[in-house]
Amino acid sequence: MVSTTSRPKIAVWKFASCDGCQLSLLDCEDELLAVADRVQIAYFLEATRATIDGPYDLSIVEGSITTEHDAERIKTIRALSRHLITIGACATAGGVQALRNYSDIDDYLGIVYATPAYISTLATSTPISAHVQVDFELRGCPIDKHQLLEVLTAFLGQRRPNIAGHSVCVECKLRGNVCVLVAGGTPCLGPITHAGCGALCPTYARGCYGCFGPAEDPNPASLSAQLDRLGVDRVDLIRMLRTFNTGAEPFRAESQRLMTEASSP
Amino acid sequence: MTASLVLTAAAQGVDELIAALARRGYCVVGPRLRDGAMVLEELQGAASLPVGWTDEQEAATYRVHRRDDRALFAYAVGPQSPRRYLSPPRKTLWSALRIEGGFQFEGEADEPPPYAFVGVKACELAAIAVQDKVLRDGPYPDPSYVRARQQAFFVGVNCGSPAATCFCTSMGTGPAVEAGHDLAITELLTAGAHELLVEIGSDRGGEVMAEVQSTVSWRPATDGDREAKHQIVAESAVRMTRRLEPTVARDVLIANLEHPRWDDVATRCLSCTNCTLVCPTCFCSAVEDVSSLDGDRAERVQRWDSCFTLGHSTLHGAGSVRGDTRSRYRQWLTHKLSTWWDQFGVSGCVGCGRCIAWCPAGIDLTEEVAAIAREKEQ
Repeated sequence: MVSTTSRPKIAVWKFASCDGCQLSLLDCEDELLAVADRVQIAYFLEATRATIDGPYDLSIVEGSITTEHDAERIKTIRALSRHLITIGACATAGGVQALRNYSDIDDYLGIVYATPAYISTLATSTPISAHVQVDFELRGCPIDKHQLLEVLTAFLGQRRPNIAGHSVCVECKLRGNVCVLVAGGTPCLGPITHAGCGALCPTYARGCYGCFGPAEDPNPASLSAQLDRLGVDRVDLIRMLRTFNTGAEPFRAESQRLMTEASSP
Repeated sequence: MTASLVLTAAAQGVDELIAALARRGYCVVGPRLRDGAMVLEELQGAASLPVGWTDEQEAATYRVHRRDDRALFAYAVGPQSPRRYLSPPRKTLWSALRIEGGFQFEGEADEPPPYAFVGVKACELAAIAVQDKVLRDGPYPDPSYVRARQQAFFVGVNCGSPAATCFCTSMGTGPAVEAGHDLAITELLTAGAHELLVEIGSDRGGEVMAEVQSTVSWRPATDGDREAKHQIVAESAVRMTRRLEPTVARDVLIANLEHPRWDDVATRCLSCTNCTLVCPTCFCSAVEDVSSLDGDRAERVQRWDSCFTLGHSTLHGAGSVRGDTRSRYRQWLTHKLSTWWDQFGVSGCVGCGRCIAWCPAGIDLTEEVAAIAREKEQ
């Protein structure tokens, strides 16, 4: 075992999220011991109550910013961290809770809570990168554990992680999947969605749900036009874009454009 | 004249052909119906083929339909080409293991079996000839391609079922199988008979057929059989309404690099890479260095890439030099149809139409070229 002092200190932080992404780290069952051997897990409440004070060599951040308190907390964490990476759709795009960004927060509060006055929250859900400098964003809802391991391995080896920004279509073609959009007329967000899941849904003859958010340089308007030709209802198309990555700008802007178009005569 | 014969029971003939190839150690690969498309996978016998199925293709559309007969080869090309086997999507170029005082290197991990491709259309053989120029005959041959290519056996099929997306006639690459095959099949399907005209294209093709002839019923080919073949390919040729004139496309595109049509197509192009990854002549790849968590093992992996990814045109310190879709689409089309000539002496397009059918946005390169040519003349 490498000595405790030479192993990088790692902290895992949770913000507004479901915990699924940090669970991916615990999910690395076969590799977990190897990870623990290479790093010092200094702060990871989902794994252990024992914590070690900062500073940290690497902070892994899950979740979005939805409260004043968290907006301050992330600044403190950033100040304590040599490197900071965000994992998952909440941390990189605001998550499904960014649906609040389209509405009046007081309307939600009134519906959900008996005494809304007790609730202190922001009107928006925003990604970590809207608040502090982020060194790397790992996409997905949830993230892919192999990609997380790749990022950690790259961090330890001081090299660039092999995380491609191209579309899910590349993963389908590499796997030999038949295109569900072309051969089945199945609505699929694959052409505008960031790779990383290994084309999980199309491999099982489903359309892509866009869990990994927008691909590099996507063209959502062209895909909307094609899905429209396939008979996808405008409301459904807006819903497809407004899921876990609704706050990611290309998805947000396209859904907004479709909303505006739908409401204009 | 080419040696030829007729197998008088088509399905049984294909069964025996596949068995003979398998006995010679080939992994026999051909079209199979899976997930709504004819994909290329290992064949066990004639029953593995999409018997009695055909396809219908248009821009952004591919569908399979039942026929009312037991035809074996009555469909156009599907989304995959032999490229998948000759130059696979992923391969480990080398790996290294940390040892005392250094590293121990190992070469390419697994050597694939020799492949025999059954049911290969003329456009496909033309595409392989194009890839040969790139991956085998150039100054930097790809060793695993060269090996796979040298071992490969090709059973061609004269095309009687072009799709609406096909345009091999105008590209001069089909529909008749004329080169690059070991055997060429023409499926002769009439009300009373289902036969295969087999033309022998190589010595080893002749050896395989001699073995097949010893186990199935056959007869010598007649002038009538050869006439039937000519009629089948002639009918296919006239059914192809899409056209691309290779030398016209070459000259028009390279002379119109600032044409407004590039902006127009960029509004439709998804940059999703589908066109390039279904193209049977595209050859671009990326290499990724992968290391193990403990740092004791490293691998260099080669995988298919596309000129539509930003990574493909990213230069150290400069980002992507083709940062917008307009420049990436222009790169793909001008390379495929124009500058490919400068590099390899031929067009990079064989008219198989895959990039038209499998483009989720339905972009049709014949239409793009025509638009640029037309608007230029005005």
